[in-house]
Order: sequence, then structure tokens, then C-alpha cells
Amino acid sequence: MLYREAGQFKSNYASDQAIFPIAQDRWFMAVALLVAFVVIPTVFDEYMLQAVMIPFLIFALATIGLNLLLGYCGQLSLGTGGFMAVGGYSAYKFAIAFPEMNMIVVFALSGLCAAFVGIMFGVPSLRIKGFYLAVATLAAQFFLQWLFNKVAWFYNYNSSGTITAPPREMFGYMITGPEATAEVRYILTLSIVVVMALVAKNLVRGHIGRSWMAIRDMDIAAEIIGIRPMQTKLSAFAISSFYCGVAGALMVFTWLGSVETEAFSINESFQVLFMVIIGGLGSILGSFLGAAFITSVPILLTNLPQAFGLEMAIDLQKHFEVMIFGSLIIFFLIVEPLGFARLWQITKEKLRLWPFPY
Amino acid sequence: MDVLLTIFVDPFLDMFSDPVFFMEVVVTGLLTGVMYSLVALGFVLIFKASGVFNFAQGAMVLFAALTLVGLMERGVPVWVALIITAGVMTILAVLIERLVLRPLVNQPDIILFMATIGITFFLEGFGETVWGSDIHPLDVGIPAESFDFAGMLLNEFDVYAAIIGAVMVATLAIFFQKTAIGRALRAVADDHQAALSVGIPLKTIWIVVWSVAGFVGLVAGIMWGSKSGVQFSLSLIALKALPVLILGGFTSIPGAIVGGLIIGVGEKIAEIYWGPLVGGAIENWFAFMLALVFLLFRPQGLFGEKIIERV
Repeated sequence: MLYREAGQFKSNYASDQAIFPIAQDRWFMAVALLVAFVVIPTVFDEYMLQAVMIPFLIFALATIGLNLLLGYCGQLSLGTGGFMAVGGYSAYKFAIAFPEMNMIVVFALSGLCAAFVGIMFGVPSLRIKGFYLAVATLAAQFFLQWLFNKVAWFYNYNSSGTITAPPREMFGYMITGPEATAEVRYILTLSIVVVMALVAKNLVRGHIGRSWMAIRDMDIAAEIIGIRPMQTKLSAFAISSFYCGVAGALMVFTWLGSVETEAFSINESFQVLFMVIIGGLGSILGSFLGAAFITSVPILLTNLPQAFGLEMAIDLQKHFEVMIFGSLIIFFLIVEPLGFARLWQITKEKLRLWPFPY
Repeated sequence: MDVLLTIFVDPFLDMFSDPVFFMEVVVTGLLTGVMYSLVALGFVLIFKASGVFNFAQGAMVLFAALTLVGLMERGVPVWVALIITAGVMTILAVLIERLVLRPLVNQPDIILFMATIGITFFLEGFGETVWGSDIHPLDVGIPAESFDFAGMLLNEFDVYAAIIGAVMVATLAIFFQKTAIGRALRAVADDHQAALSVGIPLKTIWIVVWSVAGFVGLVAGIMWGSKSGVQFSLSLIALKALPVLILGGFTSIPGAIVGGLIIGVGEKIAEIYWGPLVGGAIENWFAFMLALVFLLFRPQGLFGEKIIERV
């Protein structure tokens, strides 16, 4: 009753090819954006914005990046953390070297740097596949982490080895540095993520996304019908790394403020991979849902014992968290291996018939 | 020009100017390689028999070592503790088969891979909840004196590790080639459906394979634990075993051994002769790079089955 497309006729090509062809979906998106841009910054306090919403958005962006590569092009990569590090460190270098440069340009340039590195580490994908490729991309992860740790030029030779986001302003607001308010940082992050998610949604509907999917489903067959494996695979690596790079840059500038290479460790790569799988392979919406789930579970687990009045030693609680997190992952994979995106689809189909199932 | 000289000429001059030291580096590398192979073996066993890329092998090594050391610290004699730990690993295998693998049968590889990462988290958390997160020294009575052999300074412990590794590989080879269960395992590795249709119980086989991988993990845990103490970082040696795996091929037991030896030697030589040029600590990624370059020329690894693709 609520979710029914009966009576919505498409009378021209433009409406036939719209991103959200169903009116209810358009309304849903409009409301979601309104909530995200207006309600959340006014209702949530600084802690919620800074410790929950901003990391969620940043990880959602990285998840979209990995999803483009893994869910759409079928190339398994464990180097996400490394590519995010490239974005973070290059954004820092650009911002320091060109203080007058617009921050949006800085983020775009850092994304391009990550894309370039992504192409270099994507070259083996032309020869090797599956888990062999996954392990090979670990080379990117460890090499990049080592590089940013060892070569002092990347962190401007400061003694602590960390990079700190310099204060910058845009449209008269401080957007990075210690004086930037959580609201401004949240809005900046949200705007970038929304725009890039929209671009991703359009990419996968178009020529390039379809050639990715052809390669994913069977690369030899795709090659025979005229899709060039090299361009397609490398473009997937480039665009995916661009997304991860921007996510890494945002991580430094709008979330953590100052980081060292540990922030981009292999754990980050696995976490983003979890978000892709739990959210659903090959779904942009799923990327957001997966990121929301994986970022919120540890926060809930940390706060749950206090809510029940249980006192636990810190290290014991940490171990419990890891344990419960692991079991939750397994449980979720067993219950719904196709992820939240599939659950969402099922819900929509149920809604279509509700409340009269026949 | 100077830069090229320091990269391409000087290290080789160093090697030739002190051949005894070079041999010592190579032998130490080989012996470390055996330790990597021990971990890689567990991966290969499970991948061969069930097609699961078991990321939890490192956590299984940690868990086995923690259980053993925990029992020994409570005054249980070594042999009894060993048997109990082996029993625990078998129970673990049964539980994993029952609770994780069986519900996930017929899912894509990536889902099973993710599930094993889930198992990794669980085992790490569980092991540390039960046994605590301190560093436990482990001593099962393997001597660790340094001795002099043809001018090279070697450690007895590494030699024993190599012997134990060799014995284990030989046992596994006999087990796979000569026993009924071993033959069934090879049949399952070859083709799940065909194996089922001739009456091989797949579930039992999986339990056996995961238990065997658990025992291999226990041996690896003992060796690594006696070398560097039983601690959380043991589960990270899984990452060390991965380049060994892709170098040797996921499905080959000899590949795991040879791959381990190549990685061990390559890593040591690179660290000692080229490491200082780039600021050291390159052992984290060198093995991966070596394996990566290698795979560009031979995508299925050294001994992996030839990849044949059809449309």
C-alpha cells in the first residue's frame, strides 16, 4: 500500500533512466538527506558527531570504494588501509606545501595520488586472480605503511612521526584544525560523501560499471565479447583507490586531526572488507548499511556493560568485545550471506504487497 | 652512479668478501623458513581438502600455544598437557565444522574467508579471556644453545625446529599417501561431489582435516612459542605465512616447504645486505613483494595446479 509503483508511468527516456525511478524512493532519499543535513547536526551533541557520525561517513566512503572494486569488478583487495594512507599523507603534503589551495582541490589531488598508486598495485590483477591477488595486494598494505613510517619527508621530518591537519578555512568557516567545530566538519564530510556516493551510483549504471560487472562475472567471456580486461580492471583499481584515498584524507582532516601510520593498519583493511560483505556485495546503499553496522557495534559493546551496571576490568572487556564481534560476524554471515542490501530488498518486496499478501 | 653502485654492486661485494658470514645468513634464513613452512602447512591442508582459505590458522596457532602453556603453568606435565591440547584442538575442529562450515556450505569462497576472519577474532578474544594476555614463556625441553658449525654460529633450537618440521612433513606425506583416511582426504580435495558419490563422509573428513590443521598449529605454536614466548603477536605469523603460500601454491605441501625456505632466505639476505640502504625493518613487506614479482611470471605459484580456464 505504502510502497507501490502502480500508476507511476514513465512517458519519456529521462524518467525511464532516472536513478530512483520510483516516487517513494525519491521521497525516502529526500527525507534521509534532510535528516542527515539538518536534523542530525542540530540534535546530536559533539561526541555523537565526532565519535560516531564522522567515522561512519568516512568508512562508508572507503566501503563504497572497495565495493566498486570487489562487488562490481570482482577483484579482491586487502590493501584498502594502504590506499587510505596514501590519501591521508598526500593530502597532508599538499595542504602544507600550498596553504592557499582550496581544501576540496586538496582532497581531489590526494584521491588522484591514491588512484595512481592503486593502478600500480592493480597491475598484478591482470595475471593473478582470487586469493592469490588478495595476498598480493597485502604487499601494497605493508609496503605503503612501512614507506610512510620510514621516509621522514612524508611527515615533514617532525620528531613524533605523526601528521597533524593544519587549520584551514572555507566559506569563512574553519573546517580543519583544533578550532573547527564538529558540526562544520560533519557537514563537510557529509557533503563530500553524498556527492561521491551519487557519482558511484551513476558510474555503476553506465558503460564503465557494466564492463566491470562483465569482468566480474567471467573475465574470459567478457574479453571475448570485446571488453578490454586491462583498461577495465585498472580503471576499477584507480577509481576504487580514489575513493579510499579521499576517505583517508578525510580521516586525517575531519576526524582524527593527527594520525600516524598505525591508523591505516591491516585492521582497517579487514574492517572495510567486513563492511562490504555485511552490507552486501555490489550495492551502494549496502555500503552505508555495512559501515553503520560495523562502526556502531564496537561502540555499543563498549557501552553495554555500563548500561546494565556491570563492572568489568578494561582488558577483560576488550577481549569480550573482540569475541562477541567475531561471533556476530559469523552469525550474520550464516543468517544472511548476501548482507543488508539483500534484507533491504526483501523488505521492499514485502512492502509492495503489504498489508494484503495475495 | 654512486646510488646504483651501492644498490647493485656493493651488497654482492659484501657477500663475496665474507663467504662464511654469507653462509651463516643463508643457513639462518633456511631455518627460519622452516618455521614459516610449519604455519603455511596448516593453510595448505585445509585449502586442499575444503577449499576454504583459512585465515584463522594464525589464531589457531596462538590458541593451541596458549592452551598448552596455560595448562603447564597450572602444573600439568608436558605430555599430559600436549594430549589435552590436542583434544581441545579436535573439539575446536568439531565445533567449527558444526557451527560455521556446515551452515555455510555452498556459499562463495569470499564468505567462507570472512567467516574464518570471524573465527580469528573469536579465538583471539576467547584465548585471552581464558588464559590472560601476558607473555608466557614456554619451555618444553628443547635445547637452545648456540654452537659453532664450520665457522658459522648457529642455534641448536633452529636445528631441532628443522628436524621436527621434516618429521612432520614426512608423517603427513605417509598419512596422505598410505592410510585410508588420507586417500579419502585426497579424493575430497580432488572433487567434492565425486567423493560424496563414492561414499566418503564429507563432514567427517572436514573434522579430520581441521583437527590435523589444529595439530600442525600446535606444533607451530610450540616452536614459535618457545622461540619468542607465547603472546598475542603469535597470531600475526599467519600474515608471515601468506607470501609463503602464494609462492608455493595454495594446494601443494612441498610448495609450502620450498616456499618457506625461499622466503626465509630471501628475507634474511635482503634485510642484511639491502636493508640498511632503505632504513631497515623491511621484513614486513619484502616477502610479499618477492611473492608478488614471482607471481607475475607464474600465476599459480611454484607447485600449484595449472590454472585452466574455459568460457
